[in-house]
Amino acid sequence: MSIFEWLRWRPGRGGDALSDQLSDEIRAHLEMAEADRIARGESADDAAHNARREFGNVALAYELARDQWAGPGQWVERLAQDLRFALRVLRRAPGFTAASILTIAVGVGACTALFSVVDATLLRPLPYPHPERLVRIEDDLRGLGSRDVGMSTPEWRDLERSGLFEFVSPAWYDDNNLTGLARPQRVSMLIVAPNYFSLLGVRPQLGATFAPNDKTPGFNGQVVISDGLWKRGFGADPHVLGRVVQLDSDSYRIIGVMPPGFQAPGPTQQERGTEVWPAFGFAGAPMSEASVQSRASVYPETFARLEAGHTIAEAQRRIDALVESLRRQYPAAYPPAVDWHVRLVPLQESLTGDVRQPLLFLLGAVALVLLIGCANVANLTLARSTTRGREMAVRQALGGAPARLIRQLLTETIVLAVLGGALGVALLLATRSSLVRLVPAGVPRLNDIAIDWNVAGFAFAASVAAGVCFGIAPALRIRRLDVTRVLREEGSRATPSADQKRMRRLLVAGEFAVSLMLLSACGLLMRSVWDLLHAPLGYDPTAVTVVRTRLPYPNDPREDHYGSVADESPFVREVLRRCLALPGVVSAALGSGAAVPLDHPAQDQNIFRVVFDRGTGRSDQPLIVTGSLVTPEYFSLLSMSLVRGRLFDDHDTDHSPSVAVVNEAMAHAYWPSEDPIGKRIKLSPRDTSWMTIVGVVANARTESLTGADVPLVFGSLYQRQGKHLAIFLRGRFETATIERQVRAEVQSIDSALPVFGGKALSETVVASIAVRRLSLELIGLFALTALFLAGIGIYGVVSYMVNERTGEIGLRLALGAERADVMRLLMGQGLAMAFTGGIAGVVGALIVSRVLAGTLLGVPQVDPLSLAASAAALTAVAFMGCYLPARRVIRVEPAMALRS
Amino acid sequence: MPPKEPATSRMEVLQGTLDFIVLQALRWGPAHGYGLVQLIRAQSGNVLQVETGSLYPALQRLVRQSLIAAEWGMSANDRRVRMYRLTPKGRARLATERSRWEQFSRAIAGLMRPPAEER
Repeated sequence: MSIFEWLRWRPGRGGDALSDQLSDEIRAHLEMAEADRIARGESADDAAHNARREFGNVALAYELARDQWAGPGQWVERLAQDLRFALRVLRRAPGFTAASILTIAVGVGACTALFSVVDATLLRPLPYPHPERLVRIEDDLRGLGSRDVGMSTPEWRDLERSGLFEFVSPAWYDDNNLTGLARPQRVSMLIVAPNYFSLLGVRPQLGATFAPNDKTPGFNGQVVISDGLWKRGFGADPHVLGRVVQLDSDSYRIIGVMPPGFQAPGPTQQERGTEVWPAFGFAGAPMSEASVQSRASVYPETFARLEAGHTIAEAQRRIDALVESLRRQYPAAYPPAVDWHVRLVPLQESLTGDVRQPLLFLLGAVALVLLIGCANVANLTLARSTTRGREMAVRQALGGAPARLIRQLLTETIVLAVLGGALGVALLLATRSSLVRLVPAGVPRLNDIAIDWNVAGFAFAASVAAGVCFGIAPALRIRRLDVTRVLREEGSRATPSADQKRMRRLLVAGEFAVSLMLLSACGLLMRSVWDLLHAPLGYDPTAVTVVRTRLPYPNDPREDHYGSVADESPFVREVLRRCLALPGVVSAALGSGAAVPLDHPAQDQNIFRVVFDRGTGRSDQPLIVTGSLVTPEYFSLLSMSLVRGRLFDDHDTDHSPSVAVVNEAMAHAYWPSEDPIGKRIKLSPRDTSWMTIVGVVANARTESLTGADVPLVFGSLYQRQGKHLAIFLRGRFETATIERQVRAEVQSIDSALPVFGGKALSETVVASIAVRRLSLELIGLFALTALFLAGIGIYGVVSYMVNERTGEIGLRLALGAERADVMRLLMGQGLAMAFTGGIAGVVGALIVSRVLAGTLLGVPQVDPLSLAASAAALTAVAFMGCYLPARRVIRVEPAMALRS
Repeated sequence: MPPKEPATSRMEVLQGTLDFIVLQALRWGPAHGYGLVQLIRAQSGNVLQVETGSLYPALQRLVRQSLIAAEWGMSANDRRVRMYRLTPKGRARLATERSRWEQFSRAIAGLMRPPAEER
């Protein structure tokens, strides 16, 4: 091809007049130089040759000159040209292209899936106006080691007067029985101040919300309902406004319906599912005047909106000052030892506190998988760049500026990555609904998970980053390409340079390092889940089912049929009698919600402050304990063992002195050197009379699977009142059947009582670590993917090595080397890569386990077993990855190999 | 690669001065690219070597800045060539460039003077 034809052939030139002129001009230049040389006496051939030589690189000159007049539109043209070329090149290498696109698709798809969850839960601002001014107010008693203990009415009023807040609303979650419609509905209810909806800044889809400045004491008789309840209970009746419904036999008028998708921004899943909001003044009936005045009588939650112009940090400083002055003003309510503090937590953070770390950890893990995928594709690209070295050399010799070629190669890899990313997102969209179902229901803002522009933007950015990641190394090698060497090797096979081989090995070693990190994280999690599930619980959940019921809290105490222990005890006894008669039931017990191991409902008050009879306990210990109420059968039903003293019996009634059973942790914390039996305590604010400790039971993992040494106090359900009741049944029966049977029995005693929440206790135990298990499953999946990719990586490199050295191998065999020795040599080199990576991976794994131990309870900082197991798995994969290609040595015929 | 000639006999044009040299060469009348190479070499007493790889981009640059104009014409031996000539704007630029250059070369010459002469 002559130089002029080549000029015309240049892609992207089109009928460009200026380009034509430029090539004509350069041609004229060469012709004149040639003519001059002939005139000076050179031969025609020499003249043509020397003129060309003198001119230098024609194409480069052309290219540079063209740069001068091509305007800003040029880069678009170039980009289009690069893109076209890239697509053509990729189409010509379908195997390489498919492998790379699939790898990137899996990596980017997984990353994007997790990002969409992170985006919905952690990143996207809450869907309220000025969400940065919304806070959840949490009271801590630092001296007692307890957080978020709730707030009292006087404290609420102090905050409202502080001038820092536009609105402050207490909130109290409960469940309730909604009647007054065709069928009674069990509903989740959030008792709020009338300003709650104005505080959030949300409007109803129908009707109105409460007047924010309503100061009616007690309940104002109005409720707002959720869109879900409106559709479920009222058939989306547009005339629902003004309808009267009953909650706990008290009547309320429906004044508004919230829009679909509105979720109460609470910290628990139950609260986020709120369906009814009654407005309460947090003063007046059913609160007694004493509890309204008391700084010790608290409700669980407080939300607030800061006045415009206040930042949270600044408001926190002023709150600290306010707290300081209140502590001076009410020394009796806030003794220094208790160390009362009030914290403003951004609302979004309070919603996502639990899942933030696991999510970020998973996102990190999946990013590592993408990284390994990139390493694999980089390896493929490097292998290809060896074969393409000639093409690059020719193009450089013909005037392709190195910068231009680098850009071309990068365009190719980025096109590849973006195609992969697009495929990944397409896969994600196709499997979206089934993926969302995998997310545990406890994750906040699940409904907000969407593949939107944010997520698409992330996918695009991740793809481009991946493309640059695996393209940059091969592309930059252009600069070091020895054009003359490559061109001189006419006909001979293109051989990779030393640094290229080194880079490929480095990549494989890196893959193994990262895989080991993921594997060891997976091992640690597996270990912790296994340990948690197999640690002795201290009670026996097998064959135990819990069914719940709830006694009403009417606003007028005179209407309360269960207003005292004397009223409630006959009911409790009757429920027990009837349940024991049910088929398959061996034993039955009742307790308050807090008595259910690992599943304490948020609405049931179960955290109390211990008050000691004078001088009977140590006051330097945390004074907050979990308190529950049980019937005597509870301990034997759950096989909890008595350590000393006695358990409750039938003689403990409302006519006899109050008694309590504590666990060993409690006994040890307060009476380390004394006998706790006979000591008297009160749980504030529940108890009005002293309880005498009569027995100590062994510690059990009832509060969390990670620890058993949490102080517990049990009271007798025949001596103290519980409204949220759990019915414990042991025996052989179906959970669903027994729930139905219990409902029939309970409702034949009192038809207004709801019966719900039937669940096998063993399921509750497993569900208590759902997030951890999901993390484990995902990390496991990621680790396996990583391992697989690393295996492919090492397979590729070793198999390349074998191909490349077939001649050498043939020579060795011809000279009498044993095949096994040659194989060992090849495998040794492959395994060395994996080993190098493994060493680096151990360091990374130690860092990962440290991070994990910091975020998850019950994860050991260093776990030699899981590390060893990971290393073993990795070794096995590396061995296979080396063995399979190295085995080809067996088939090498020395004569053939030498001749080729 | 052609054998390298001794550095003293041929110099590559200093970066940044090529535009000035081209303008200066065009002061004597229109010329084509090849002619300019010859002209510059001859006028600098065979010292200055213009890289063609730089010349054509420089010409395009100057055209774009309207310091020179280009049109197709016939060379002395009847070849169709692209002829470049100075525009009035180029002429004005040349004047300022030249005074700057003279200033600069005086300054350099001053620096290069042997120390003995300073006393």
